Amino acid sequence: MWRDAVLVAGKDLHIEGRAKVALNQVGPYAVVVLLLFGFAFDQDRPLLVQAAPGLFWMAVLFSGLLAVQRSFTLETADGAVDGLRLSRLEPAGIFLGKAAAVGAQLLVLEALLAAGIVVLFHSELTGAALLAASALVSTAGVSAAGVAYAALSMGLRVRETLLPLLLAPVLAPIVLAATEAWRVALGLSSGDGWRWLGLLGCFAAIYLAGGVLSFGALMEET
Amino acid sequence: MLLSVRLRAVVALAGRYPLLAGADLDVRPGEIVVLRGPNGAGKTSLLRVMAGLVVVAAGEATVLGLDPMVDARALRSQVGLLGHRNGLYDDLTAEQNVLFAARAARRPKQSVPAALARLGLDGRLVSVPAAKLSAGQRRRVALAAMVVREPRLWLLDEPHAGLDAEHRALLDLLLREVAAAGATVVLASHEDGATEALAHRAVTMSGGMVAGGVLDEPLEPPAAKTVPAAPTLRAAPPEVVPGVAEVPSVA
Repeated sequence: MWRDAVLVAGKDLHIEGRAKVALNQVGPYAVVVLLLFGFAFDQDRPLLVQAAPGLFWMAVLFSGLLAVQRSFTLETADGAVDGLRLSRLEPAGIFLGKAAAVGAQLLVLEALLAAGIVVLFHSELTGAALLAASALVSTAGVSAAGVAYAALSMGLRVRETLLPLLLAPVLAPIVLAATEAWRVALGLSSGDGWRWLGLLGCFAAIYLAGGVLSFGALMEET
Repeated sequence: MLLSVRLRAVVALAGRYPLLAGADLDVRPGEIVVLRGPNGAGKTSLLRVMAGLVVVAAGEATVLGLDPMVDARALRSQVGLLGHRNGLYDDLTAEQNVLFAARAARRPKQSVPAALARLGLDGRLVSVPAAKLSAGQRRRVALAAMVVREPRLWLLDEPHAGLDAEHRALLDLLLREVAAAGATVVLASHEDGATEALAHRAVTMSGGMVAGGVLDEPLEPPAAKTVPAAPTLRAAPPEVVPGVAEVPSVA
C-alpha cells in the first residue's frame, strides 16, 4: 500500500511540476480570494484582523477544491482511471498517494496564504507550533475528504458542480476547528488551541480511515 | 482446454438502460476474435464486462477462469484494455507513461524501452509529452503500455484508429505474436478490411447480443492463421512478449 502511495503521489507531483497548475493558477487564485476579502472588510480593519484565520481557511477551502478537481481531471481526461482500475495498485495506496499529492500542494499554498495574511491583514504569526501543527492536520483532513469525494463524483457528468456541493459541508468541521486553533495561535482568542487541534485530528483520522477503507468501492464505475 | 472467456446470457445495465441484453460468447486461449456491429451494438460494453469493469447484472461470466463479480481485482490485473481513449497522462512523456504502467503492474522498469521500441517509439519521441504527440503516436504509446503489462487477455476497442498503414501492420503483427504466445485477443472494429486477415473468428453484435458467439467445438484450438512477413519497422527484442521466442512462425 505505501509503495503504491509513493508511486501515485510521485506521478501526480511530477505532472504538477510540469503543468504548474497549482503554481500558476490555484496559487494566484487563492491570493486573489484573500485580496477580495481584504477589499470587502477594508473599512473595518480591526474586524479584518479578527477574521483573518477564518478568511485564510476559506481561501484554503476554495483552493483545495480546485486542487482536488485537478487531481481527478488528470485521471478522467483521457480515461487513465481505467488503467488504475486494471493495475495491481492497492486502492488504499491510490487514495493515500493522491491525498498526499493534493496535501503537498495545499501546504505550499498555505505558506503563500500565510504570507498573504501577514502582508494584507497585518496578522502576526505567533504560536508557530500550533499554527504548523493545525495546518498539517487540517491539510491531511481536507486532502483525504477531497480525494474521497472526488472519487465518488468521478463518474458523474455533473461532477464539477457537484463536488463543491458535496465537499463543503464535510469540510465545515475542519474549517471551523482550524479557524479556532489559528485564532488562539494568533493571539486573537484565549481558548485552548490544542483542544481544537485534537478535534481536527479526530476528523482527519476519520476522513483518512474512511478513504482507505472505501476508495476501492468509490473508484468503481457507477 | 479451458475457455479464456465464457459468457452466457450476460446482462449489463447503465442505470436502467441495457448495455448488454443476454450476450453469449466463447473465446479460446490464443484466439483472436473480432467483434463487429453498428454503433451502440454493445461492443465496448462487452469489452468492459470482460475486463471486469462493468457489473454483470444477470447471466454467467467466466473470464480467465475467474468470475468478474467475485474476483474482479485478480481478473483486472491480467487484462489489458485499450478503449476509445488512450489512458495517457498528457504531461508525462511517452516513456514516463509506459514506466508508470509498468510499475503499476509490478513489472520491471527494464522492460519499458523494449515495449516502446516494439511499437516503433524511440529516439526523440520517447521524451515528448503525450499531449504533443499525434493521435497515432498516442495510440502506440497506449499499446506500449499494454505490452509492458503482459496481459493474458487483450481487449481492444478500435485499435487501428489513428494508425497509418505501417503501424497498423505492426499492430497486427504484435497481436498475432501475443496470440501465438497463448494470450487471448478480443477486438472491436468497424473496419472489416483491417481485421479480416487478423482474426481467427468474427462475431456480430446487435442490440446488446452476440450472434454466433458460442462455439460448437470449444475444446478445439483456434484455426491456424498465416502470419505475413514482418513490416520493415525495427524488430522488437523477442522477450518483449513472453513466449514469443518459442513460436517459430513469429520469432
